[in-house]
Amino acid sequence: MCDTCGCTISSANAHLIEAGGKLQHTHDGQVSVEVLSSLLHENDHQAHHNREHFDRHGVLAINLMSSPGSGKTSLLEATIDALGDEIRIAVVEGDLETENDARRIRAKGVPAIQITTGQACHLDAHMVHEALHALDLDEIDLLFIENVGNLVCPASFDLGHHANVTLLSVTEGDDKPAKYPVMFRASDLVLLTKSDFLDFIDDFDPGKAERHVRELANPAEVLTLSARRPGTLNHWLAWLQHQLEKNEKERRHP
Amino acid sequence: MHELAVCQGLMTQVEQLALENGANSVEKIFLSVGALSGVEPPLLERAFEIARMGTVAETAELDIETGPIIVECSECGASTEARVNRLLCGSCQNWRVKLKAGDELLLLRLEFCRSPLAGDDLISGKKSRSELAREM
Repeated sequence: MCDTCGCTISSANAHLIEAGGKLQHTHDGQVSVEVLSSLLHENDHQAHHNREHFDRHGVLAINLMSSPGSGKTSLLEATIDALGDEIRIAVVEGDLETENDARRIRAKGVPAIQITTGQACHLDAHMVHEALHALDLDEIDLLFIENVGNLVCPASFDLGHHANVTLLSVTEGDDKPAKYPVMFRASDLVLLTKSDFLDFIDDFDPGKAERHVRELANPAEVLTLSARRPGTLNHWLAWLQHQLEKNEKERRHP
Repeated sequence: MHELAVCQGLMTQVEQLALENGANSVEKIFLSVGALSGVEPPLLERAFEIARMGTVAETAELDIETGPIIVECSECGASTEARVNRLLCGSCQNWRVKLKAGDELLLLRLEFCRSPLAGDDLISGKKSRSELAREM
């Protein structure tokens, strides 16, 4: 959403701006001003700035979201193992406390900046901007932003990234997209992780998880994989390569 | 849980608008919060009680409008109402739909008491908002 081009105007609120001028008297003598701007205006503004920053340096930024423990960091480790030699990767880690995840990523020889949010349940565009100061974007092709483990709050905050990837581990239940519609509606790719556990559980149906994503009117691909089985990662790695190429093309010919 | 952060962003905008419009106190804040916005109105109301303290909107009322979710079908063209986790065309059940309403998270309008000197010039167009803001 933005405040300038009219994309915030829907059939539900159009009557409010068609009603009259911007500034009017109300019946009880007060003054009324029409605004029609996003409640997240400040965050969106910073996110826009972050995105410009990424684009100027040719960095593809991916926002990884999921519940805690669904395997975001393990997926990043496996992705670095597979692509680290050909693509320059960096990671921004969001957690309430500890540097543990950043340490795991650094152990793979990749720069990682840890943001500890304290009690905050999500990353916002300002926190990411702060973290970017510690990275040399000219040395990076692909930046992963590992959001705080939470299927609710991170969905509301644009960070300036180019794509949302949401993980859903098979031990969590295939109806998670129906339970957390805002998050899964915003996903550009859904990864059903820990697929090696599918051999041991009988109540997770990947087809059903995908149907729930479609019921959110979301055409996003739904891939099943396990970070412990490198052979299952090919489709995910190809998706990343495709996004990198697409981003580079759009940057050269906007 | 993130409603307080959303509310703090709202208060920054409200204070700025109050200054620009020569408002002494903000009386009413009108929002539009759709069911797919990711923000819960009751939590936002509670966060507002905290966020408004010590601001120009300290005694303001919050008026939250929650409209229906409307989807427009890309196949049959019908516009129908939908549920938050079932955004299918109400006519042909297709999932290839476009969301027309339901994800709003907007500050619509403010009502405020103005400084007796400022308001009339602003409404009559004699002075711009920035001119008034400079004078205040």
